[in-house]
Amino acid sequence: MTSNSQRRPVLRLLLIPVLVLGLALAVAACGGDDDGNGSESAAENGEGGVPEGLEIVSIPKQLGNPYEEVEHGGVEEATTELGGEHSYEGPTDAGASSQVPLINAAGQQGVDALIIAANDPNAVCPALQQAEQSGVAIVAMDSDAAPECRSIFINQASTEGIGQAQIEMICDQVPDCEGEIAILSATANATNQNAWIEVMEQELEKEEYSGLELVEIAYGDDDDQKSFQETQGLLQAYPDLQGIIAPTTVGIAAAARFICGSPNEGEVVVTGLGTPNQMRQFVDSGCVEEFALWNPADVGYLAAHAAANLTAENITGEEGETFEAGRLGEYEIGADGEVILGPPTRFNQENIGDFDF
Amino acid sequence: MSANAGASAARAYPRRLSELARWEALIFVLIVATLIFGSGLSDRFLTLTNFSFASKDIAEIALMALPLALIVITAEIDLSVASVLGLSSAVLGELWLAGWSMEAIIPVCLAIGALCGAFNAFCVTRLGLPSLAVTIGTLTMYRGLALVVLGDQGVTDFPAEWTRFGFEDIPGTSIPYPIALVALLAVGLAVLLHATRLGREIYAIGANEEAARFSGIRVKRIKSMLFVLSGTVAALAGIVYSLRLASARANYGEGFELSVVAAVVLGGVSIFGGKGTILGVVLALILLGAIRSALTLGDVSQEWVLIVTGALLIAAVLGPNLVQRVREARAHRRDRDTWSAPSGEG
Amino acid sequence: MSSADSVAVPAPRERRSRADIVDAVVRVRELGLIVVLALLIGVTAALEPRFIDAESLRNLVRNATIIGLLAVGQTLVLITRNLDLSVGSVLGLAAFMTGDLLASNPDLPIPLIFVLGMLLGSGAGIVNGVLVAYGRIPALVATLGTLWVYRGIAFVWTGGSQVNAENLPGDFLAIGTGTVAGVPTIALFTIVTLIVVGYALRSYRGGRELYAIGSNPDAARLAGIRAQRRVLGAFIASGALAGLAGVLFTARFATVDATAGTGLELQVIAAAVIGGVAIFGGSGSVWGAVLGAVVLTTITSALIILQVPAFWQQAVVGALLLTAIALDRFINVRITERLRRRSARGGVDEEAAEPPSGQPAGRPREREEGGS
Repeated sequence: MTSNSQRRPVLRLLLIPVLVLGLALAVAACGGDDDGNGSESAAENGEGGVPEGLEIVSIPKQLGNPYEEVEHGGVEEATTELGGEHSYEGPTDAGASSQVPLINAAGQQGVDALIIAANDPNAVCPALQQAEQSGVAIVAMDSDAAPECRSIFINQASTEGIGQAQIEMICDQVPDCEGEIAILSATANATNQNAWIEVMEQELEKEEYSGLELVEIAYGDDDDQKSFQETQGLLQAYPDLQGIIAPTTVGIAAAARFICGSPNEGEVVVTGLGTPNQMRQFVDSGCVEEFALWNPADVGYLAAHAAANLTAENITGEEGETFEAGRLGEYEIGADGEVILGPPTRFNQENIGDFDF
Repeated sequence: MSANAGASAARAYPRRLSELARWEALIFVLIVATLIFGSGLSDRFLTLTNFSFASKDIAEIALMALPLALIVITAEIDLSVASVLGLSSAVLGELWLAGWSMEAIIPVCLAIGALCGAFNAFCVTRLGLPSLAVTIGTLTMYRGLALVVLGDQGVTDFPAEWTRFGFEDIPGTSIPYPIALVALLAVGLAVLLHATRLGREIYAIGANEEAARFSGIRVKRIKSMLFVLSGTVAALAGIVYSLRLASARANYGEGFELSVVAAVVLGGVSIFGGKGTILGVVLALILLGAIRSALTLGDVSQEWVLIVTGALLIAAVLGPNLVQRVREARAHRRDRDTWSAPSGEG
Repeated sequence: MSSADSVAVPAPRERRSRADIVDAVVRVRELGLIVVLALLIGVTAALEPRFIDAESLRNLVRNATIIGLLAVGQTLVLITRNLDLSVGSVLGLAAFMTGDLLASNPDLPIPLIFVLGMLLGSGAGIVNGVLVAYGRIPALVATLGTLWVYRGIAFVWTGGSQVNAENLPGDFLAIGTGTVAGVPTIALFTIVTLIVVGYALRSYRGGRELYAIGSNPDAARLAGIRAQRRVLGAFIASGALAGLAGVLFTARFATVDATAGTGLELQVIAAAVIGGVAIFGGSGSVWGAVLGAVVLTTITSALIILQVPAFWQQAVVGALLLTAIALDRFINVRITERLRRRSARGGVDEEAAEPPSGQPAGRPREREEGGS
């Protein structure tokens, strides 16, 4: 009785390593060791030495974000112009490791270039470095990865410019440039927002902004409901709050929606970075005076051209190098491989009707 | 008394073997199908490089799934594992910032994981609270503690000689270090479950806790040990995850618990307890990893990974149930003819 | 012979006394929640009087509305010893459908939108219910699977697009921000639902049968209860309410994309547990569940307004959950003791005296789903 049942588990035990070995052998036999390199682009046609059939993969922070959809639409536009192929792969959640499988896949497929808006500047680093070793050119855009993991970073505007613009706007709109203000950001790990917030904090130490006091930084996680509730929380915790800066399109839309149409309208300023489509009704109603952004499509467009030039080895990401970016003209690479698109655009009642994104 | 336990456990064997050999065979067939499907989608799928990548992606889930399988076999559950992962990462980051060495940090993280498990164990075995409810509570509480410890920040400057344990392969092979860890744990737990008396006792508890207790099996002690093990391994998973990503954050692992439970259930472990094998769970993990890898490499949009995984989970449990119901219906018809008694079906 | 008979046809006096005790306990539990709530609000208001401003309270109620609505549905499922993890995904689907429909057909009558939302939710609930009640898949597994499937479908459906406030008709959005006699409009939905479902649960046979199924599925079946149908009904109700919550979500937040409702399921279960709904079925009330949702929301708001660092909020909520669970267990033990003493005195069969309030051992023994 017991001896039988004691023998069987041993058999089961043997089964595991046998199965695993079997699988491993099958895998090794069927495939080989593939370094995943070997970009199929051969001929050097196309402008400025950019090879035909350029394969670019672009990875957003998360699927389903309309701002990013427009941005990566710009990548598509440029890639098509260059006669290449664009592939858009995004994770279903903005967790730190969600982009890693996608980066790995791009490396394995041996694409020419990878454009990424990083969820976490460091978490994606090992994967990016591995992809780079397989011969993939790495370009970060919008939300940077750590500089040692990418060759070029396309920044939509200078980090200083973005931070300064938002402080300028809040100072313009808050009466006498005096009072408590708060920041409603995206996720706590987002590179771009954190960089802008750092600039904003430095700006606030300047003499001309001494009347403004930053009381809290709240995180809406780029989730509409959470941003909405965080706004509510800010107003409850700080009844004298004069203004909210939301350096994220999700955050500013949620904050505006909460404040406009509530008793706080007119008393609390909402500004930051937003898309014209989401903010139009609030600007038209007078609740929101001014906010800023840039054209996300241009960011993607520029990123694709940078990637193409990297692949063609026209540039390596060094400071001072220049490259052609189609309809946007010529761009120069700054320190740490950073390329700046241009100054942020401010949207207000006068010009908001001119844009559709 | 113990002879009774042995006898009832032995009776459990044939049922387990026949049913679960079928389950594991099913999962194995699905794996082969996925491998074929995946290689059709991309010729880079069946390579050693891909094995290295794909297995790393699921390494932490795998680590947490193995002890959870044992817990589920005793008809309990531990949903707090992902939060312990996060807490472990947060502690790692905080201590690193404070200047501790990695050699000193790791045991502390593991100890904290063990403590978390012990607290779960206390609530379940001493206070008699249902583990589903308790671990939903501790899921929230441990995540909260992680945030208290490390806040928003990420800690990132880990030295290369440690982070390579997270994402590099063992030199000379295509096996990542984390996978070696998973393999060790799997073998260890398989031996425990299938070849020791403790293993038989675990099954007995799941099959019928009262009977097990009357047979002299120390139910509370065993359950406590399993919860502590689960917590410790979850903390280990947190360390591995942080090294793999070369950074530590309090919100790491959010949502992982669902994938861990899915792996356990897909592995043939019954939620009601008393059934399941380590082999099944290992196979299920391989299947889940293979599916994710196949779809990603095949440029299929990520939302399909969600749909396929969900549908697979349902189908894998539904299938055998349907088969069993058909069999039962036939048996009932036979019985009815023989006994002329009402079937009692609603 | 004995236990089934006793459950099905107990002597009237014992039945009343058992029901009395359970009723008393449930009422005590809910009263306890109300006391906790009053204490919370009182203490916070003393420290920070703005907390009880009219607008502040209204926002509190608005925040609790959606979770409360979901908690009502979840309670029905929990009572039968199941759970529904897919509510967040169903809400997301319904929310996006609402936005999508209204964006392309702004003239659709608003009541129709609500009906469609609930239909969508019911459809999702039917799938869940069939899988659990007839497919005999454990609810945890089935609804975990559908959580992912529905969320994936949401991503495919939305295709990266988003519904914004400017796409939605104003009178629909007014539901989200408006009030009726000082009470936020969306809260009215929850209140009405609560009254209707609460009444049906107590007064209709179908409702009482849900409790029976959760306490002792075998006995329920032997007593002639059509467990499968009831469980299916509970899941359909949960889905329908999730659909309704989705419509209200769009009215309130107006920006909807594929991720709407992610992660709500654990919050909802937490609300129900705090509200005294036993996770292993057989006891609890929808009133308690909604109260639990209100307590949960109040705590979060209170911590914010008292400027407690955000990082402590989750830890506090977790501790609160554990306290609620422990408290319920404590009460449970007391009932069992009291009933056992009473039965010893009255000579009633001890098994019949076991209260329909979940497993005392806190573990699902022979936990068959209500569909066998």
